[in-house]
Amino acid sequence: MNGAKRKWKAVIVDDEELARKLLREMLNAHPEVEIVAECGNGMEAVKAVGEHRPDLLFLDVQMPKLTGFDVLELIDRNGVAIVFVTAFDQYAMKAFDVHAVDYLLKPFSRERFEAALERAKNQEGKKPVDPAELAAASRPTGQYAERIVVKDGSKVSLIAVSKLDYAEALDDYVSLVSEGKKHLKQQTISGLELALDPALFVRIHRSYIVNLERVARIEPYGKDSKVAILTNGAKLPVSRAGFGRLKALLDDKK
Amino acid sequence: MKTSDIGRSVWAALAIAGVLFALIMGTLLVTSWKMNWLAAALLAVPMAVLAQAVAWAAQFTCRSNPLGKSDVWRTVLTHITAALVLSYLWVSAGWVAAGWVDSMLGTHTNYKLYAELQTRLYGVGFSYYLLGVAFHYMLFAQKASQEAQERALESSIRAREAELSALKAQINPHFLYNSLNSISALTSIDAARAREMCVSLADFLRLTLGMGEKAVIPLREEVGLLEKYCAIEKVRFGNRLHIEEEVQEDAKDCLLPPLLLQPLFENAVVHGIAQMAEGGWIRLRAARNGGRVSVSVENSWDPEAGSSRKNGVGLRNVQRRLEARYGNQAQLEAKAEDDVFRVSISFPAETEKSK
Repeated sequence: MNGAKRKWKAVIVDDEELARKLLREMLNAHPEVEIVAECGNGMEAVKAVGEHRPDLLFLDVQMPKLTGFDVLELIDRNGVAIVFVTAFDQYAMKAFDVHAVDYLLKPFSRERFEAALERAKNQEGKKPVDPAELAAASRPTGQYAERIVVKDGSKVSLIAVSKLDYAEALDDYVSLVSEGKKHLKQQTISGLELALDPALFVRIHRSYIVNLERVARIEPYGKDSKVAILTNGAKLPVSRAGFGRLKALLDDKK
Repeated sequence: MKTSDIGRSVWAALAIAGVLFALIMGTLLVTSWKMNWLAAALLAVPMAVLAQAVAWAAQFTCRSNPLGKSDVWRTVLTHITAALVLSYLWVSAGWVAAGWVDSMLGTHTNYKLYAELQTRLYGVGFSYYLLGVAFHYMLFAQKASQEAQERALESSIRAREAELSALKAQINPHFLYNSLNSISALTSIDAARAREMCVSLADFLRLTLGMGEKAVIPLREEVGLLEKYCAIEKVRFGNRLHIEEEVQEDAKDCLLPPLLLQPLFENAVVHGIAQMAEGGWIRLRAARNGGRVSVSVENSWDPEAGSSRKNGVGLRNVQRRLEARYGNQAQLEAKAEDDVFRVSISFPAETEKSK
């Protein structure tokens, strides 16, 4: 592909109209970039990225319902160069720095914008960051996710972590069980474990994380292993190491 | 002086008064009534101790009849009744003591002597109780003025804190940087509006900086500041932000600590409006009902937005500042009902004139 003639598709996501207009204005100086969608919230952004498969995504961080990090978790990031746009947020900036993602701090100069655009254009083909890790790094230490975003087909669901019963690892996915429903999410169970408050959730097994409040009792199972019975009747295997963690946590609570 | 120090000083005063009482009574009994020293001491000491109990008991009647707050005639009547009852009890106890002195010393004279003294002793008991009343009222007044001083001090500290946190609020991501970004966008789109926004931002900063210096400001000034704040946020959020204002005319003169309501508006924007894609509203209501002012700040919010209610800090600050200025005369209530978040406060009405 010839770089000079190449067309770039861009999507702008910001909940403030003026902020979107500003990005549009700056992009207007680049005829090779075509703005295919402007989105006022995260839901629209997830839809627009699916529809248009843009090359560039300008993404605000603080937005209602779905944050920029949530959007990142829900889209297919292959071939999309992402530039975060945010007002001063020390944790988000730290996360961007750690993961070498480009970002624009509001308000930004045209020079800074040009540099970000240039870098984004050259970012193609690089391995995309793990959004769960990025989101975890953007939280102040001691703060954990309050909800988990999941995309079921075209529908986006928010699961409050307090309503999550347990999570099971299924290859590249985790199955999240909440209020009698199962949601599949493309994430590693270790990535999920990082996001959850270790005082409330325990990795009881290589493949299972359980909400401590849902554990009704632990029963022996076979010679060496144990099984956790949840309040909803579900039975989950508990590994030896998992039992140790569970016991330590329950002892702490006493 | 702390409250515990006041308690200790009461005991010290009673002890000193007791010793003096016993010395004077004993001396008088010996010199004027020709009682012998031992009998005088045996009678004067218990009587002095009991007299202190009478004075000490005065605090209860004083407490239930605070000066300036209860009916004058009721107060006078209560104290006279209490004086009569207590002096009767005191004199009766004296009878017992006199009889006891006679039986101890094998004499009969003291009991007779006491009969002669009786009327005067009623007078002494009566006056001593009233002395106790005066003492306790004085002590209460001192305590009240101390508490008022402490409250004033705390109130000025809180006002400083509010100024500081209002300043910090302007340096936080949700306000200053976003406002500057809006201005940056407006410069090419609508230069006149960009200038307008610069002016609003400057006005808001100037007002905030000046207000922290004062202990109280009229509600109209606080509302003026809120209007500036909203004007700025309105540029950012456009038609996502709706403001309604129902401030009654007679409430506008009422005084309140500066920047008391601003954090409530900021919470409404950050946790309410900014979390709703389709936007929402903030409603300010203020009314004066006789001696009290009630103000409420309501905003629409999305209970499912999962915005961690970090505004706990802001609310606690407002509560502390109310307490600092009005003690238990102020109320704050924060409530989330369905999709409305409401903070209602009420406090005593003061105006520049009434002060």
